[in-house]
Amino acid sequence: MPETHRRLDEELNALRDKVLLLGGAAEGAVRKAMASLIERDSDLAREVLAEDDVIDQMELEIDELTIDILALHTPAARDLRFVMTAAKLAPTLERMADHACNIARHAIDLNEEPQLKPYIDLPVMGNLAADMIKAGMDAFAEEDAEKARALIHHDDRIDALYNQIFRELLTYMIEDPKTISRAAKLLFVVKHLERIADYVTNICEQIVYMVEGRVIKHKPLEP
Amino acid sequence: MSMGAELEASREARTSAPSISRRPEVRRDDARAPSSTAAKMRVEHLNFFYGDTKVLHDITIDFPEKRVTALIGPSGCGKSTLLRTLNRMNDTMAETRVEGRVLLDGEDIYAPRVDVVRLRQRVGMVFQKSNPFPKTVFDNVAYGLRINGLVRSRSELEARVEESLRRAALWDEVKDRLHESALMLSGGQQQRLCIARALAVRPEVLLMDEPASALDPIATQKIEELIYELKKAYTIIIVTHNMQQAARISDITGFLWMGRLIEVGPTVKIFTNPEEKMTEDYITGRFG
Repeated sequence: MPETHRRLDEELNALRDKVLLLGGAAEGAVRKAMASLIERDSDLAREVLAEDDVIDQMELEIDELTIDILALHTPAARDLRFVMTAAKLAPTLERMADHACNIARHAIDLNEEPQLKPYIDLPVMGNLAADMIKAGMDAFAEEDAEKARALIHHDDRIDALYNQIFRELLTYMIEDPKTISRAAKLLFVVKHLERIADYVTNICEQIVYMVEGRVIKHKPLEP
Repeated sequence: MSMGAELEASREARTSAPSISRRPEVRRDDARAPSSTAAKMRVEHLNFFYGDTKVLHDITIDFPEKRVTALIGPSGCGKSTLLRTLNRMNDTMAETRVEGRVLLDGEDIYAPRVDVVRLRQRVGMVFQKSNPFPKTVFDNVAYGLRINGLVRSRSELEARVEESLRRAALWDEVKDRLHESALMLSGGQQQRLCIARALAVRPEVLLMDEPASALDPIATQKIEELIYELKKAYTIIIVTHNMQQAARISDITGFLWMGRLIEVGPTVKIFTNPEEKMTEDYITGRFG
């Protein structure tokens, strides 16, 4: 293989590593933010907020490397699809971490007050969302379009949990208006988790494009 | 279509030899894709031999009218040979033999009664190294018109020379030096002069064999812009080693390897998602 393409391969591998690190950081932020809520640990929540700068920096590094590769190597075919995918994944993963920060902020507020209810479905939903990020990053690393497709269907479980928790919190608010502030914050938390799962869906669609060159976003799901 | 049937169809599309029915698709970008996609030239099951050595193997490809088709592939893959079969330039070499058909507007250019001089007027050629005659700028362009008796008067000759130089985007640069030697022009200007010379006899198809490979980036850009303009009126087939050039200027790209046409399709498709692994490896520089 010519030297120039060895260099391109090295840069593509570096780009892959950076995206995977960012994905791991986003997943970690979601898990930690949810733990800070469930375990009522506000210090943990503050850690999530403090670490967000590092995640932002990781996104910027990916942007920079992507531009360098496009400018210096003009990649084509699967290389081009890979670079475009990395460029689209980075801000999506960074946004997931922003949602984790929002969850952490709500956790800090909620931890100041008595716990509204036992958290049963919330940790399930939090774990599911974080697992989806991890599975999405696995599909990216393994260039596995089938895994990505399967993951898109997982979003339905998140949506079902969201609806269930929404209804439950609504009953709290109806029965006792004093719970409204806490219930509303918990509602925000589940909304953030629901958005995170949506972003995983976007990532999976992008992975299918990367592997197969096929655009599946904004189209009805295949059965 | 079921998943199985779709897989089967795509597998068949990949493995079967390119056939006439596999016309290149119309590009999404209308500005680069005139509505007409009829094949101006068509190569059918072409084999080409130098002596006993077969250098082109069963090539079938359409060249749509008023489109730019780029032929890419490693050195020695047969792309220049294929180009030269399209106006019988290979006839000038001894010990060559052609099997199969090459059609221009549906008529076989290798049929016995074909007038090769007339054929080469209709299918003009521009070479890698600019090769102006050691004559004036004017005489270079006028040459083909004179020897073929294509003009009846001096004023008509002058008009055709001007028209050709304008079409080759050279007129403004040479209009005051028409009677100076063509060898005084820069490399890029000489190449555009050769294009003007090819255009003077009003060809329908223009074959270009690495027309910008000896030029600097600015001169290359001018040639590329010119090709973009010319395809409004001409069918262009270009051989290039420069893949980015193929990506920039062509509508359709064909990839050749060891005398075989591995894949042909819309340039966007070839450069973003080729069907064949071999094409992918070549495009991404992982070949060999």
